[in-house]
Amino acid sequence: MVYYIVRRVLLAVPTVLGVCIVTFLLFNVFASPEAIARRQLGKNPTTAQVQAWVHAHGMDKPMFFNLKPASDSRVHVLDSRFWSQMRELLLFQFPESDYLHENVGSLIKARIVPSLTITVPAFLLSIIVTLPLALFVAYYRGTYLDRTALFVCVILMSIVILNYIIVGQYLLAVVFKYFPIYGYEFGLNAWKFVFLPVILAVAAGLGGGLRFYRTVMLNEVRADYVRTAMAKGVSESGILFKHVLKNAMIPILTTTVLSIPFLITGSLLLEMYFGIPGMGNLLLNAVNNSDYPIIRTLTYVYSLLYIAGSILTDISYTLVDPRVILE
Amino acid sequence: MAESHLKIAIRRIKKDSLAIAGFCVICAFAFIALLDVVPVPYRDAGGLHFNRTALDYLARKPVELSYSPPLARTGVLNRKEFALHSLHLLGTNILGEDVLYDALKGVRTAFIIGIVPLVIAAFFAIVLGLLAGYYGGWVDDVIQYIYQVLSSIPGILLLIAMLTVMERGIWQLCIALGVTSWVGLCRLIRGETLKVRSMEYVEAARALGASDARLLFRQILPNVMYLVVIEMTLDFSGLVMSEAVLTYIGVGVEPGTGSWGRMILSADRELPNGIWWNLTGASVLLFLLVLAFNLFADALRDALDPRLRKG
Repeated sequence: MVYYIVRRVLLAVPTVLGVCIVTFLLFNVFASPEAIARRQLGKNPTTAQVQAWVHAHGMDKPMFFNLKPASDSRVHVLDSRFWSQMRELLLFQFPESDYLHENVGSLIKARIVPSLTITVPAFLLSIIVTLPLALFVAYYRGTYLDRTALFVCVILMSIVILNYIIVGQYLLAVVFKYFPIYGYEFGLNAWKFVFLPVILAVAAGLGGGLRFYRTVMLNEVRADYVRTAMAKGVSESGILFKHVLKNAMIPILTTTVLSIPFLITGSLLLEMYFGIPGMGNLLLNAVNNSDYPIIRTLTYVYSLLYIAGSILTDISYTLVDPRVILE
Repeated sequence: MAESHLKIAIRRIKKDSLAIAGFCVICAFAFIALLDVVPVPYRDAGGLHFNRTALDYLARKPVELSYSPPLARTGVLNRKEFALHSLHLLGTNILGEDVLYDALKGVRTAFIIGIVPLVIAAFFAIVLGLLAGYYGGWVDDVIQYIYQVLSSIPGILLLIAMLTVMERGIWQLCIALGVTSWVGLCRLIRGETLKVRSMEYVEAARALGASDARLLFRQILPNVMYLVVIEMTLDFSGLVMSEAVLTYIGVGVEPGTGSWGRMILSADRELPNGIWWNLTGASVLLFLLVLAFNLFADALRDALDPRLRKG
């Protein structure tokens, strides 16, 4: 087990390096330093201003290898944009934001908690709501109820998340005034502001989730062990809840982790729309201000979280399926 | 036989009335998109112009002063009523433009966003998936590494990163969406190629002296194409929706291109003032197109995918 975890983490190292390289290439090869400087300096900067900005941000250094002797007449081969940015990311010494002039690391730290207060409840609640519904639909498989539920799922899936958010906020917060429209409070009072975004996130994911879980369950229902259980007289609900649910856990676990990137999209829009000062909000403001250090760092941080998440999924397989032995 | 295979698929889809309905709606939308491509030239003092499409010719209405509700005779601007030049089925927006026309302009954009990225993605996925599955070894390792890295970056972030770096525009959006959406299909094709390459008919062709290229494109590719077709129809809806989301957060198509995302974006300020038709126009068209594609894609997958075939 320990051996497996160590090996998985070591195997993730080249992937993390690859992510670093992709983000570096995006923000250094496809965008010229002068163009970035001009965007940040605003109204018609002079050439001298642009060059001063580029120099101050270390973007006049060579791309990969610095072969020119420095002022102390020594050659610092690794004094280049690539290596300094890699060092920043890998050692978590994040750069300073171009627009907010704060360290990106501390910006992110301040925003993790508001983001988590949305995503974690939404994640858990959607599983709690969707799984029993899926079992219920699977129980009535092939009936009129099942077909109707499937059609409703497709309809729910065809509504873009923007509509859930806009209409949901308008109806529940503006018209019926059940919830505050906008804003956030730290501490225990956060729940008031978190409630509506969480509900909307669950509603937006319900159709796709329900349909997927149903498919997973039905794949299991056709398995031999179900026929055996039926033959020895186990009740239909006993089969579903005891046998099928347990066996369906592996595909369910995989997709719940794979759905985390989609949670990011959802929380991005929800945070923007409800004024929650989380990471999604930070990212969208960075997009509007062309704040590349924030986008670069957040891409890296989210990728790390994703890689960590997929390792955790593999480990959690052992918890639900004794047949999986990690070596 | 390839043809009978196709015939079986068509027969299966024909039995599904929802899929047929979906297909008809898709055709109607495609017709609108085509109307927006065909130019209807007109002549004025400056000579002959080709920048008007058939859709402009048919659906464009004179611009009013400002908002007006659907089918109204008058609109209100600064508490003063103004008379409308023509009847607007879905009212007008803040600039006085016909909402129905705006929404119909979004159809062509939706089709471009739904198709061009898929073609780009299918190209990458087919080439890399076939190579990885067929040659194995270090080729497979390199390609797997590339998609491992790309799939570790959450798609939306990679999209935002690419789109902030590039200029804004519909073709840039297509490239970014194409680059971020080939990994899933590539995985599937690689797996299928691994299976197919050691089948008897491929072995037989190899024994007859067929070259690698011939084996790849004449023997293996036709047998993995069903994956491409299934994946492309399933992904269409997601892409159309992501156009709306990306335009909404400010990295989508450029102003001046028809876009449901931008219409939905302006609803933020309009809805509290009781102006619902802009949001409704864009949302209903978007919903109908996505729903039609979802219904059709499901039926197509059930008809084409041998893994789902019973008995």
